[in-house]
Amino acid sequence: MPVECAIEAEGLVKAYGKVRALDGVDLSAPSGTVLGLLGPNGAGKTTAVRILTTLLPADGGTARVAGLDVAHEAPELRRRIGLAGQYAAVDENLTGSENLQMVGRLYHLPKGEPKARAAELLESFDLADAGGRLVRTYSGGMRRRLDLAAALVARPPVIFLDEPTTGLDPRSRIALWETIEGRVAEGTTVLLTTQYLDEADRLADRISVIDHGCVIAEGTSDELKDQVGGEALEVTLERADQVEAAIAALAGICAAPPERDGVVLRVPVARRQGTIAAAVQRLNDAGVGIDDIAMRRPTLDDVFLTLTGHVAEEDDGDGTGEGAR
Amino acid sequence: MSSAGMAISDTLVLARRNFLRIARAPDLLLAFTVQPIMFVLLFAYVFGGAIPTPGHTYIDFLIPGILVQTMAFGGFVTAMGIAEDLRKGLVDRFRSLPMSRGAVLAGRTLSDIATNGVSITVMLVVGVIIGFGFESPFLHVVAGILLLLLFGYAFSWVFAFIGLTSSSPEAAQSLGFILIFPLTFVSSAFVPPETMPGALQWFAEWNPFSVTVNAIRALFIGDPAGNSVWGAVAWSVGIAALFGFLAVTKYKRAVVR
Repeated sequence: MPVECAIEAEGLVKAYGKVRALDGVDLSAPSGTVLGLLGPNGAGKTTAVRILTTLLPADGGTARVAGLDVAHEAPELRRRIGLAGQYAAVDENLTGSENLQMVGRLYHLPKGEPKARAAELLESFDLADAGGRLVRTYSGGMRRRLDLAAALVARPPVIFLDEPTTGLDPRSRIALWETIEGRVAEGTTVLLTTQYLDEADRLADRISVIDHGCVIAEGTSDELKDQVGGEALEVTLERADQVEAAIAALAGICAAPPERDGVVLRVPVARRQGTIAAAVQRLNDAGVGIDDIAMRRPTLDDVFLTLTGHVAEEDDGDGTGEGAR
Repeated sequence: MSSAGMAISDTLVLARRNFLRIARAPDLLLAFTVQPIMFVLLFAYVFGGAIPTPGHTYIDFLIPGILVQTMAFGGFVTAMGIAEDLRKGLVDRFRSLPMSRGAVLAGRTLSDIATNGVSITVMLVVGVIIGFGFESPFLHVVAGILLLLLFGYAFSWVFAFIGLTSSSPEAAQSLGFILIFPLTFVSSAFVPPETMPGALQWFAEWNPFSVTVNAIRALFIGDPAGNSVWGAVAWSVGIAALFGFLAVTKYKRAVVR
């Protein structure tokens, strides 16, 4: 029987001494969708994942995953989830294949199944050739893929990915994204935490923005972007002395006063269709030279800045993900 | 699968993992083979001549003592391994799986029994080569070896707890060393306790190490046993039970660092 909401949390609270890591968090993810949990380091994302994967008891609130209560039905729940953390939790002294087989046995898959499943996953994660090699010889991207494969060994209907691409190089990130998209297409529900806005934008059906243990916004990527204002037209002029003339020419299509930055004008507009053509027409009629013109949608960066008053912290650039520890 | 069947199956899966690790990191094997040999030779030939041991040659006196010490330290691999698993997030993975709660620790301590067995064999062979002689019936020798393995198993649980409590594998190793090294030295393992100052002597006589060393001396070289053999068994069982409980409780709440 398919469960309507694969992940459902209400009022989750977790305190460490006086610090409230989670302060009444509600989350929900319908089956077969990706819920993105977006927030900076220390926002409470990992704490939420740890509660939902039964690693940590909540101090308050309730949560159900795959229809089971995290507090009272933990052993049964663990059969239906897969967890891939930010640490690439694989054993360096085993081969890729041995790692997956070990996890399969610990899920108590029927005899013979762990081996078959390991081979299948290595193949689909592009690790077939490396499957017989010790993991300590793997690159960072290969370890993450193996870690993700380990989370999928028992074909769990719900998987939790805690910052799956932190510290990866751009090519490995994109490869991992494609893999995750593949699983979602097969019907897996995913809860993904990330501090990368582009990651949430690309993968998540719905996003919960979390900061200081609270969900401060929730919605689709588009809905969140709409919260910080709609679209804007960005015009780069040829000459700085035509800025006033351009503003006057565009007055008819402005939804709000334009912002000016050198020869670049940022003009909030009410609608997208036909805006560029209309703007070009008006600027031509006024004799204003255009160097470049484009529609700009607000990015999740803008969303984050507007909602939290600070920018989302990127990893500190050492590429190892250590900053998250 | 029944929960007992599950616990056994999970423990074996993890014990196998630890064996593979040792096979693949042969430098670790040095700790179980070369290091005990080194200690036997150092004590026998550097200190041996200076320590009078009435009734025994120093080598006969030493081998039971150094065997017990080696057993006590055999579990350090468990402490380091568990601290490493915590650091790498593997404990999180294991705890998110539908597996037995005690299996990670039980798998570790179980594989320690095998490596401790290797150490005992190596040390007895070296001991016999340099002049150690059993002076007791064969069954006593077998009982002594089993007691050594039991004692080592108990301390594996102490190390499991240390591994779960310390902040890194390095810290686990030095914490284990600091806690257990003095215990092994303030005992009857290397010198007769009668030569120690009063307080130390009192401690040395009650120390579980001394009790176990005395039991092994009784079983291997025919010293009067007194209550030492059953005392040693009781200490080992008690230590295993206490630290087994503490370690499993700690494991259930373990957090990644």
